[in-house]
Amino acid sequence: MKISIAIKRKIIQVIALILMNPYIGNLKDGNLYKGSWKKFCSPGLNCYSCPAAGLSCPIGALQAVNGSIELKWSFYAIGLMCAFGILLGRAVCGFLCPFGLLQELLHKIPFPKKKLPFWPKLIKYGMLVVIVLMLPVIITNAAGMGEPFFCKFICPVGTIEGGIPLLITHQEIRSMAGALLAFKIVIAALIVIGCLIVSRFFCKVLCPLGAFYGFFNRISFVQLETDHTACTSCGKCSKVCPMDVNPSKNPNSMECIRCGKCIDQCEKGAIYFKNMI
Amino acid sequence: MKKTGVIAARTAVLAAAAVMIAAGIFRGEVGIILHKAAMICFECIGIG
Ligand code: SF4
Ligand code: SF4
Repeated sequence: MKISIAIKRKIIQVIALILMNPYIGNLKDGNLYKGSWKKFCSPGLNCYSCPAAGLSCPIGALQAVNGSIELKWSFYAIGLMCAFGILLGRAVCGFLCPFGLLQELLHKIPFPKKKLPFWPKLIKYGMLVVIVLMLPVIITNAAGMGEPFFCKFICPVGTIEGGIPLLITHQEIRSMAGALLAFKIVIAALIVIGCLIVSRFFCKVLCPLGAFYGFFNRISFVQLETDHTACTSCGKCSKVCPMDVNPSKNPNSMECIRCGKCIDQCEKGAIYFKNMI
Repeated sequence: MKKTGVIAARTAVLAAAAVMIAAGIFRGEVGIILHKAAMICFECIGIG
């Protein structure tokens, strides 16, 4: 029996979720893991303030260094992201990112479904360049320290993975909650509703990490290929694509998360993962 | 993109990534990241 890419992918997504969050027991008392593994960044978006997290979030790490008083630019986080990007491109999104998995589960909930026009997908590049890379360097306090603007005002992963368990387990954190938390909860709720309606809403519109990995899709080791002699242009592949890509025309689009749904769908075997080396 | 171009691009990006990671370690970025990740990030959870 041939196992579909969809099933293999779900297994890998669950394994990745567990490997990036091995300290599940910490959720009980809300203590964070403080060990050396947190020197490394996970390939996907995974908040380091989640008690279960065993690695650092690349976007959080990048902003922490960009906003630091002396360094102002994180070669380390960007180097790691380039390495993940060249090896996997947005296959990180399709196979490894815990928030990608959560969005897929949310989209399975019955709710009116819609597709997005093209322009909102450009917002994530602004998130990457302006909010993540520039603002922590430019807007600083008297001491010269910048804030992690994406984490503070937008990231729903921090609110859901970090905020909820820590608020439940720490009375003193609950007592500090105010307008910012209310704002972040509204943003997270809007993103969750977006994910119910639009497949991978956050990935398409807001994720700076997905935007970054998209630049590597044309040259990464994971490549999709279309055999134009076998393709009958029936359009079934683009209909199932959760990222609104047409893989028969543009198999290495910056939006493609390498989920393989188009491969499973094509009866002619016209779309396939190319020899990776 | 031609196969040789892709191989050249991959090699260049991998080399640049290795240099950046080494530079980051040398500059002490890892300490800043560990410090941030080992304590509750109040910005991340919406407190401050
Ligand atoms: S776009 Fe961002 S949130 Fe979506 S899967 Fe990729 S890294 Fe994760
Ligand atoms: S083009 Fe294929 S592999 Fe890429 S996101 Fe769409 S369905 Fe998934």
